[in-house]
Amino acid sequence: MRALIRFASWLYALAIYGFIFLPVVVLVLFSLQATSFPIPPFTGPSLRWYDAVLSDTRLTSALVNSLLVASISSFASVTLGFLSAWGFARFVLPGSGLLRGLITLPLTVSYLIIGMGLLVLFNWAGVPKSLVSAGIGHVVINLPLCFAIIYSQMGDHQINIERAARDLGAPEWKVLLLITVPVMAPAIFAGVFLSMTFSWDEFVISFLLTRFDTTLPVEIWNLLRSGLNPKTNAVGSLVFAVSIVLVVLFELTLLRRKTA
Amino acid sequence: MSSAGNNGRALPWALVTPALGWTLLFFVLPFIAMGLSSLTVHEGGSFTLSNYSQFFTNPSYWQAMVNSLQVTAIVTVVSVLLAYPFAWILAEQVPERWQRLALMLAVLPFWTSYVVRSYSWLLVLAQNGVINRALTGSALITEPLQLANTRFATVTGFVHFFVMLLTLTIFANLKQLSPSYRKAAADLGAGPVRTFLHVVLPLTLPGIMVGAFLTFVLCIGDYITPQILGGNNELLMPQLVMMQIGRRGDFPLASALAIILMAVVTVAYLACARWLKIERA
Repeated sequence: MRALIRFASWLYALAIYGFIFLPVVVLVLFSLQATSFPIPPFTGPSLRWYDAVLSDTRLTSALVNSLLVASISSFASVTLGFLSAWGFARFVLPGSGLLRGLITLPLTVSYLIIGMGLLVLFNWAGVPKSLVSAGIGHVVINLPLCFAIIYSQMGDHQINIERAARDLGAPEWKVLLLITVPVMAPAIFAGVFLSMTFSWDEFVISFLLTRFDTTLPVEIWNLLRSGLNPKTNAVGSLVFAVSIVLVVLFELTLLRRKTA
Repeated sequence: MSSAGNNGRALPWALVTPALGWTLLFFVLPFIAMGLSSLTVHEGGSFTLSNYSQFFTNPSYWQAMVNSLQVTAIVTVVSVLLAYPFAWILAEQVPERWQRLALMLAVLPFWTSYVVRSYSWLLVLAQNGVINRALTGSALITEPLQLANTRFATVTGFVHFFVMLLTLTIFANLKQLSPSYRKAAADLGAGPVRTFLHVVLPLTLPGIMVGAFLTFVLCIGDYITPQILGGNNELLMPQLVMMQIGRRGDFPLASALAIILMAVVTVAYLACARWLKIERA
């Protein structure tokens, strides 16, 4: 009986792993396809489609845009999130429960609706579509996340270190920069990397709020109109590689927090 | 200058105001703008409820909501049914030291671009894609199956995503379960099956409900997967909303449809509130 369960378990796990990995393996495999269609039989290997992607200025500038928007918007999210988390954790404010709820509220609303709201507002205010508008939207979705992560990590032992610094005569800004930020570094990094991955992969807000200069997911979307295309496979595989790097960095900061 | 007391009032507000201001300006205000917009007519000034009444009277809009609810329900049920045994195997059958690696592997494709992930299912499901080639190659079928641009494709793409998500949440839930419950059940004479049905399953139900709710919310609001995999054969709500913006530039109607979509999510939240609260406590 036990052996049977074990065997069935292995079989089932293998099937699920197969299901989960099937599209990704197919994507990467056919990005190495030598001929023009990413379909079986596999005729590769060749790197010509990676070459084509890297020499496509629209794709490379979209890639630069994506990295720019991701890094600036996640820096803004984590700064706003950190300052407010510190404020709420260290001081008693009237209605603070309600205000904290307000900051985390965007987490419960779909990106499509956040993007639509901004589109309507900017349209009324006469703000043109641009990467900046999209970046503003990215801060809206990532600020609550950074706030929640950092706020949950503000513990009592940090209060004591801060108090000690104040007793020794440090002004508030020094306490903040020299004590709180370094102590909270793992949570801050976690916030930065998570925001960067989300911004890097975000599609619908960028799609609604940018026009000519746009981000990589939107440019990939435009590529899809040409049907199945090994170039799309190649750019998709590259995006996967960048995401994995971000995730590994995120894992490392988490591990560091655990051992610290 | 030297103590927090001197600037005791101003400092805390200076810390929280930027974040609050951002949320008010770029989240609450847009939401109000969308609400107001939904009450106006495209290319007209006066206030009206016609955008909302259109939803209830136009059968194709109504159908989009029905499609959305059906697809979301199927996706949620199938994902939970597939993810639960998998999470159980990872938590119970895989040796402790391999669990973290096994879990990381299981969610690795999570980190491909969302747009790319949907596209790569097209490679698998297309007329001359991997599955059809494999089936015709092995002479199981003679004509390729129509897999892409169907509801089946949309559901497959969604299930792929949510199996990963639910595996994470259910796995965490199973690991939190104290082993003493299972020992107690065994001591009292319950076999593995009874222990699972009467002890493990009920105790993990709140976690499943939270995961299912998350699946519901993310699935019903998603535009990418149905657009890439489902094609335009049957419209889901997010596609309908985007169509009003993209093809017709009708912001008021799009706003009304988006608000209706949000209302449905809120109702779902209230329906699950009991389970969601248990989890938070």
